[in-house]
Amino acid sequence: MHALIQAIILGILTGGVYALMASGQTLIFGIMKVVNLAQGALVVLGAYLTYTLFTTLGIDPFVSILITTPLLFLVGIGLQWALLRPLHGEDVAQLSLLVTFAIALAIEGALSFAYGATLTNVQPTYANYSWTVFGYQISLVRFVAFLLSIVMLGVLYFILQRTKFGRSVRATVQNPMSAQLLGVNANRVSALGFGLGAATAAAAGSVFGMLNSFNPGSHYDLISRLLTIVVLGGLGSIGGSVVAALIMGVASSLVSALASPIWSDFTFFIVLLLVLLLRPRGLFGAKTRGAL
Amino acid sequence: MKRAISRFGLLRVVIFFGLLILVPILGGPVWLLNMLIFTVMYAALSSSWNLLGGLAGYPSLGHVAFFGIGAYAFAIMFQGSVGDGFSPFLALPVVGVAVALLSVPIGWVSMRTRADVFAIVTITFLFITQTLAFNLNSLTGGAQGKSVAPPPFDVSTYDWPFYYAMLALLAVAMGISFYFSRSKIGLSLATVRADEDKAHGVGVRVTAVKLIAFAVSSGMVAMVGCVWAYYVGFIYPQFAVDPLITIGMVLMAFLGGRGTLWGPVLGSFILVPAQEFFAQTFGASELYLLAYAAVFLVIMLFLPRGILPSISDRLRRRRLAAEGDARDAAQLSEVQDASKSPVTSEVAR
Amino acid sequence: MSEVLLEVDHLTKRFGGVTAVDECSFTVNEGSITALIGPNGSGKTTAFNMITGYLKADSGQIHFRGNTIARPRPADLYRRGLSRTFQQARIFPELSVEENLVVAAGYSWRQLFGRRVSATDKELARQMLAEFRLEPLLELPASDLSYGQRKLLEFAAVLMSNPKLVLLDEPTAGVNPVMIDAMERHIRERNAAGVTFLIVEHDMQLVMRLCDPVIVLDQGAPIAFGTPAEVQSNPKVLEAYLGG
Repeated sequence: MHALIQAIILGILTGGVYALMASGQTLIFGIMKVVNLAQGALVVLGAYLTYTLFTTLGIDPFVSILITTPLLFLVGIGLQWALLRPLHGEDVAQLSLLVTFAIALAIEGALSFAYGATLTNVQPTYANYSWTVFGYQISLVRFVAFLLSIVMLGVLYFILQRTKFGRSVRATVQNPMSAQLLGVNANRVSALGFGLGAATAAAAGSVFGMLNSFNPGSHYDLISRLLTIVVLGGLGSIGGSVVAALIMGVASSLVSALASPIWSDFTFFIVLLLVLLLRPRGLFGAKTRGAL
Repeated sequence: MKRAISRFGLLRVVIFFGLLILVPILGGPVWLLNMLIFTVMYAALSSSWNLLGGLAGYPSLGHVAFFGIGAYAFAIMFQGSVGDGFSPFLALPVVGVAVALLSVPIGWVSMRTRADVFAIVTITFLFITQTLAFNLNSLTGGAQGKSVAPPPFDVSTYDWPFYYAMLALLAVAMGISFYFSRSKIGLSLATVRADEDKAHGVGVRVTAVKLIAFAVSSGMVAMVGCVWAYYVGFIYPQFAVDPLITIGMVLMAFLGGRGTLWGPVLGSFILVPAQEFFAQTFGASELYLLAYAAVFLVIMLFLPRGILPSISDRLRRRRLAAEGDARDAAQLSEVQDASKSPVTSEVAR
Repeated sequence: MSEVLLEVDHLTKRFGGVTAVDECSFTVNEGSITALIGPNGSGKTTAFNMITGYLKADSGQIHFRGNTIARPRPADLYRRGLSRTFQQARIFPELSVEENLVVAAGYSWRQLFGRRVSATDKELARQMLAEFRLEPLLELPASDLSYGQRKLLEFAAVLMSNPKLVLLDEPTAGVNPVMIDAMERHIRERNAAGVTFLIVEHDMQLVMRLCDPVIVLDQGAPIAFGTPAEVQSNPKVLEAYLGG
C-alpha cells in the first residue's frame, strides 16, 4: 500500500511536467492543425540550454527558465516563420508534419555536434534533497517542478483567456475560416502559437534536465509519450492534455513500481491502443471528422 | 496513343533493370556495388511505403517497425546455419506473408483515424517495436544484438546474391505498384486519398482497400528487412528499427513524387548516394544528421509535390499550349488556380 | 398513393447545447420528388447527414425500403440504393471524369482486383455522360471542370449505381441559370425513370415547380407538409421564414 501511494505521488508530480510539454503541443495542433513532432526535441534543447547555463554560468536551473523560455519562444516563432508558413498546396498537413520531424532531426544533429551522445543531467546541490511527509518521500525538485508547471499552465491559461492574442487563438481553434474573416491574422496567430508551444517546451525542458538523464536522442522517447498524451486528451484540447498527462503519469508510475520500469513504456502504447479502439477522438476532443 | 506510352514504359523498365543486372557482371569498384545495394534497398522500401503513403495518402511513419520485425524474424530463423547460403532467400515470402497478416490488426486500429493521428499511431508503433527489440532479450538479444550465420559465399562475388535479392524485391514492389494503379484497388485508393468521406458515400470499400495496401506494403518492407539482416549479418535494435530508415522511405517518395511508379525509385537514386556522400564528408552521426535534415527541409519547401509530378504538370501545360489555343491553356490554368484558392479547396475537401 | 420508401422516425441530434434536429419525423414516398426546405440552420443538412450515415443520431431511427437501418453507414446505404450529393459538389479532382463515374458504379470483390476501367465500365460511363451531355469531357481530370459541371458530374456519378433514392443537397446553389435548367431536366427525367428524390433547396421557384410534396423544417422539426400550394399558404411557414 505504501509503495502504491508513493507511486501515485510520483506519478502526479511527473505528470505535471508532462502536462506542460503536452499543453504546448496540443496548442500548436489546435491552432495550426499540425502535429508537432519536434516538441520532444524542443524539450531536450531546453534541457541542454539549462545545462549550459548551469555548468558555465552557474545559473540555477529553475532561474534559467526565465532565460530559456523567452529564447525558445523566439526560436519557435522563427521556425514557424521560416519553415512552416511557406508550405502550401493540398497536402499542407502532411508536409508540416514531416517538416516538424526534420526540425527534430536538425535539433538532434546540432545537439550531438555540440554535446556528443553521452547522457548528462543537471545536478544542482539540492538535486537529491527530499522531504518525508507521513512516511512518503517527496523530492524537492519534483515538487517544485510540479508547482512550476502548474504556474506555467496558469500563465498559459491566462494568456488564452484574457488577452487579445488568446481570443484570436481560441477563435482560430474553433473555426479558422471565420476567424480570418473577423480579421484574425492567421500567420501571426500561428507564429505566436508555435512560439508559445516552444516556450512551454523550454520551461518543461529545464525541469526535465533535473529529473532525467538525457542525450540528444532522448526526444524520441519523449515524443512518443507526448503523442499518446495529446491523443488521449483529445488533439487540440489543453485541458484534456493536462488530465491525460496526469493519468499517464500515474499509470506509468504505478506500472513501473508494481511491474517493472520497462513495462511503463508499454503503458503508453496500450493506453493509446485503447483510446483508438474505444474513443478515437480522445477524452475531451471535439469531433472533427470529415468536412461536414 | 495509350499503347505507345505503355510500350515506352516497358522499354524503360527493361533498360533500368537490364543496366542494374549488368553492373556486378561488368565489374566495378566494390564501393559501387555496396552503395547500389543500399540504393536499391531504399528504392524497394520507398516503393513499398508508396503503396500506402502515396496511393492512399496515409503517411506511415512507422514502417521501419515492419522492416525490423522482418530483420529479427530472419535473424532468429537463421542464427545457427544458413546451409548453402541461398536457401534462406526462400524464407522471404513466408516472412512477407506472416508480417502482412500481422500488420492487418495494426492497420485496422491505426486507420480508424485520419492522416495526422495515423502518423502519430504509426510513429508510436515504431518506438514500441524498438523498445521490444531492446527488452525481449531471449528473442532479440537486446542491446547486444543478434547475428545471422555467415553464408559460405565466394569472397569475390559475396555481395551479388544480396544485390540481386534486393533488385528482385524492388521489381516485385514496382510490379505491385503498377498493378495497383491499373486495377480498381488503385482507383479506390485514389478516392480515399482525395476525399475519404465522399469515397464512403459512393460505396467504395474504403476499409478493405486501405487494409490491403497496408498489409502488402508492410509485408514487402519486412522482406527487405530480411535481406538487409542477412547482408549486414549483425543487427542491433537501434539500427534495425531506426527512425531514419522510416524517414528515408518517406523522403525518397516525396522527392521523386509520391503516388507515382518511378518517383520513389528516382528519389532513392538521388538521396542514397547523397546520403553516402554526406556520411563520407561529415562523419557518422553529427553534422550528417544536420545535413540530412537540411535536405529534407529543402525538398518539403521547394519541391513539395516531388520531381515527377512537377515535370508531368509542366509537360501537360506545354502540350495544351502547343495544341493551338493558347486561350485554352490560360483558361485551364485559371481553373487550376481557382481550385487552389481557399474557397474552392474547401469545396474539394 | 404509393409506398413509403424512406421513413425518418424521431431523429434527434444535439451539438453541445443546441438541438439541431429535434424529434424529426417524416416520410418520403416512392416515386416522389420530395423537397425539404426551411430557413438557414433549421437542420436540413444535419438531417441529411444522419440519414446517409455521416453523422450519428443521438436518438431516433431510419427505415429504408421497409428495413430498419440500425447503424447507418454511407457505403452500406449506397449499396442498398440510397445515395446523396453534397452541398459543395464533392468529386474526386485527381481522377478523370470517367473514373469519377466508374468508381461510383459499385463493384464486386472480384472486380476490385480487376481492371481499373474495364470495357463495360467505359461503356456505362459513356452512356451516362451522353445523357448529361458531358461526353467531350470524358478523359479530362475532374479538376478541370467548372463548378456547375462538377455538380452535374457528382449527380451523374451517384446515379451510376441505379439508386432507389437520391438525396440532393442544394443541387442548384452557386450554379448559373442554364445549368439550373439542365439540373431540373435531369431530375425530372430520372424521376420519370423511377428514381425517388429528396431535395434540400433554397431556390423556391424551383421547389414550387419541381417538388411535391414539400416538407418544411424549422428548428430541427417539421412544421408543415403538403403540396407546394398548401405549404405556401401555411401561416406557420411564413412565420418561420420571416422569423416572427
